Amino acid sequence: MNRLHPALRRILPQLITLVVVLGCNVLVFPDFFKIEMANGRLYGSIIDILNRGAPVALLAIGMTLVIATKGIDLSVGAVMAICGAVAAAAVAGGSDVATAVVLALCAGIVCGLWNGFLVAVLNIQPIVATLILMVAGRGVAQLITEGVILTFTNEGLIFLGSGSLMALPMPFLIWLGFGVLTAILVRKTALGLLIEAVGINLRASTLSGVRGNVLIVAVYAISGLCAATAGIIVAADIKGADANNAGLWLELDAILAVVIGGTSLLGGRFTLAGSLIGAMIIQSINTGILLSGFPPEFNLIIKAFIILVILIIQSPIVQSVLFALRMPPDRSGDDAEPNRDDRADERDHSMQKEGMAP
Amino acid sequence: MISILEENMFLKLTLAGAALLASVALPATAVNAQTIGFSQIGSESGWRAAETTLTRQQAKDRGIDLKFADAQQKQENQIKALRSFIAQGVDAILLAPVVATGWDQVLEEAKEAEIPVILLDRTVDAPDSLYMTAVTSDLVHEGRVAGEWLAAEVDGKDCKIVELQGTTGSSPAIDRKNGFEQGIADHSNLSIIRSQTGDFTRTKGKEVMESFLKAENGGKDICALYAHNDDMAVGAIQAIKEAGLKPGSDILVVSIDAVPDIFLAMAAGEANATVELTPNMAGPAFDVLEAFAKDGTLPPKWIQTESRLYTAADDPMAVYELKKSLGY
Repeated sequence: MNRLHPALRRILPQLITLVVVLGCNVLVFPDFFKIEMANGRLYGSIIDILNRGAPVALLAIGMTLVIATKGIDLSVGAVMAICGAVAAAAVAGGSDVATAVVLALCAGIVCGLWNGFLVAVLNIQPIVATLILMVAGRGVAQLITEGVILTFTNEGLIFLGSGSLMALPMPFLIWLGFGVLTAILVRKTALGLLIEAVGINLRASTLSGVRGNVLIVAVYAISGLCAATAGIIVAADIKGADANNAGLWLELDAILAVVIGGTSLLGGRFTLAGSLIGAMIIQSINTGILLSGFPPEFNLIIKAFIILVILIIQSPIVQSVLFALRMPPDRSGDDAEPNRDDRADERDHSMQKEGMAP
Repeated sequence: MISILEENMFLKLTLAGAALLASVALPATAVNAQTIGFSQIGSESGWRAAETTLTRQQAKDRGIDLKFADAQQKQENQIKALRSFIAQGVDAILLAPVVATGWDQVLEEAKEAEIPVILLDRTVDAPDSLYMTAVTSDLVHEGRVAGEWLAAEVDGKDCKIVELQGTTGSSPAIDRKNGFEQGIADHSNLSIIRSQTGDFTRTKGKEVMESFLKAENGGKDICALYAHNDDMAVGAIQAIKEAGLKPGSDILVVSIDAVPDIFLAMAAGEANATVELTPNMAGPAFDVLEAFAKDGTLPPKWIQTESRLYTAADDPMAVYELKKSLGY
């Protein structure tokens, strides 16, 4: 265990949780892991999870960066509705798919810049600043769709939501690609470190020469971009932009994915891989509930219970108990490497603990 | 002037029964050129928009001066609109109440002013003496019509049904479920094997249908889909197609509401039947008011609108064009 790569070690609890949830799904639905080819694409419950989890996974990527700067973005669900509506309106008006996608992505970035402006320049608390667009955004989307579900038949746009490439569904490939690109961007450059620095102490990082406000605006813009991509996928999936329901409450699922993934709401250290696994855990629970055949009245109770268990297991107190059980009393025999990791773990825990306090 | 005098006279009689008063009030109400106030909830859905369009059309056809007030989903706006209608002395008020409670006070005021109130589409928790009648659809009946259609369609063959419910706990979901179960109760060859909520949305309808298909042998065990609204059915139809099955023949599709898009699916042979939740609630209401103005006929306290069944035999494209023009 101690020989694992530190990055992998960091997300190990999330991976174990995912495996356990998938295991539970097999219990309620024995054919859960069955995958077959149909119509030139893979077809099975696991594929469904990767496909249906796309919106939350995409939102979680942007949300992770925002939360790492000690912010939060409540507007992502509404931004999804706006961008889906923009894409649908564009193709309905005769544009080609590339124009429609670019317009929608631009709309998402503009929404993100607006949030970033409120947070970084006007210094409004993120939860309040993004609440504005969360409330107003659906109205904007309604204006674009003129209050109806705006349907379209553009094959190119529909392909983004329900097409497949190399037998894999497009939404999965999009979120995977997005996640890998973002991870390279923040981890192969100093960007990730700077974002963490801003999240831990904005003033100190500004005094050390980091342009904190620019970074904050940038992460909200990325969050808007992620939401736009998710919005396009959701609209393309049903061949229509539903301003009332697209992305409804998904901001909360995205925040939950980040928290399950092990990033503290107080900012600082973040893990994109953890958030993506968190998104898959949430979708596995959703899909498992649907497959189980329980009456729908139990859906939310089951989901809440499973998430409660996950959060209890991740809580600092339970973690330190588990940690104590795992460690042999005599630690002198070990080499220096695991000790360094242990300190990293403890830092994580103290952060999570602070995160729970408010 | 005349009406003011008569109103004063009637104010003295407020303790008398409503029916008696109404019959006395008869000569005061002009048969033609009525002014009617309509307090609409807001533009919450395409159906609501169609209801507004139809109400305006009906009023125009009948030479009624319709005063329209959009409440933007707020009860306080509706109460304000009602008070303003009362102050203007309209001949009648149509009210599509946004919530069920909190109407007693303003309905009392309307009653004191001798203005009949007709509820559209939804009812209120208030004594029924405070309004003239309620024009609503029967949600249970809608479900029953869908169930009876399916029973007749499969004609004695075994049929396993999957059900997409509306938002858990909402009255349309509860009533449409009960109605459908009543509709198929006498047919032991029909059974509901899976039932899950799709929250009345296309996205959830599609996602839940995907899981139904996985859970029931790739959909080969499913004979029919019953969806509590058309939007979920439209989503589910896509899921069925993506699973390599033919909606409409491999899996029969029956749903409720009759929104335009389901007629497109029906024209393509991908949906089989839908039960209409008519947006024409104002038509029956105006009929009632005309009859009342003519000879004081008081309607029953509940008027059920027709729950018409549409199938592929009803020229779905023509219905689609017609519905589209109503602002759905």
